[in-house]
Amino acid sequence: MNADSVTEIWVYLSAQPLVWLTLTLAAYLIAVTLHRKAGGHPAANPVLISVAILVALLLATDTPYQRYFDGAQFVHFLLGPATVALAVPLHGQLKRLVAMGGPILVALVVGSLVAGLSAYTIGALLGASAPTLASLAPKSVTTPIAMGIAERLGGLASLTAVFVILTGIFGAIFADGLLRRLGVKDEASIGFALGLASHGIGTARAFQLSEQTGAFAALAMGLNGLLTALTLPWLLPLLAPLLKP
Amino acid sequence: MTAALALLLAFQLAGEALRVALHLPVPGPVIGMALLLVYLIIRPEGPSTELRNTAGGLLQNLSLLFVPAGTGVMLHVGRLADEAWPIAIALVASTVLGLIASGLTLHWLAHRPRGSHR
Repeated sequence: MNADSVTEIWVYLSAQPLVWLTLTLAAYLIAVTLHRKAGGHPAANPVLISVAILVALLLATDTPYQRYFDGAQFVHFLLGPATVALAVPLHGQLKRLVAMGGPILVALVVGSLVAGLSAYTIGALLGASAPTLASLAPKSVTTPIAMGIAERLGGLASLTAVFVILTGIFGAIFADGLLRRLGVKDEASIGFALGLASHGIGTARAFQLSEQTGAFAALAMGLNGLLTALTLPWLLPLLAPLLKP
Repeated sequence: MTAALALLLAFQLAGEALRVALHLPVPGPVIGMALLLVYLIIRPEGPSTELRNTAGGLLQNLSLLFVPAGTGVMLHVGRLADEAWPIAIALVASTVLGLIASGLTLHWLAHRPRGSHR
């Protein structure tokens, strides 16, 4: 087979959804293998490694993201049913969740306010532009909620999605090490913090630790999404004038 | 597996329908999760083995499901470069603060040393 026919086959295949769907799964399998080889170290985050491999492939083959997504959307679609499936581990931990109802609600309000308002405040003090700030504020909640909030505040939905993903990966890598260093070692608190500050990607990390950690992360992700959607759109306009020089 | 997947999709659909009908600020799948939880609480025998296995399979590979959206980061590299430092510092510091605030609060409230409080 000469180089021309290889190019021809590639040109044909790369336009089919199958190639990028297969490569998405292959990149993930490589990432999971590396994660396991690293003894489950959080820095070997499977989302981060998979994305790095795929971005390198897309850039090397000059493939636009839209064509990649035509194939990868079949994986993306499963996020919906997977989110619904979080009810199963939640149900498994129901007794503990109900017993900790009061502390959970307080931690939710405190964490939600800190995560949402601190991003805006720090960004504003460092001179970030208004659309960037509005896109940054809802970074800790799950993508569809964050995009809706950002648009209401004058941010850019697609930029918000990027901040949400970066926040998720960052939290998934550093959360448990950071909290353990502060003496927080119980599964409930680590899981809750992961889900609250780093939404679904943090929840995926929590499930790597244990099912109980994952259940608390799922709960925090859902509750913080709801609370942030209800509070941030009217809290930020109150905060913004205070930060103007 | 098929019945469990159909159940998950049906609850997602119900969540989506409820979101549109009531103009809820929360995405359909999150409402679907709440509805399924209520269903599992009402159902005396809890989740079936089949649902447990299907949900477990999906959640074990939850990281995979974020990869297509994550790869979209490549579209915004240029836009990020202009304000790289304010963005990076705000994002990192705020995520750390959010983790500490929520983790420590729950830890303190739920795991007070025994005897100090009744």
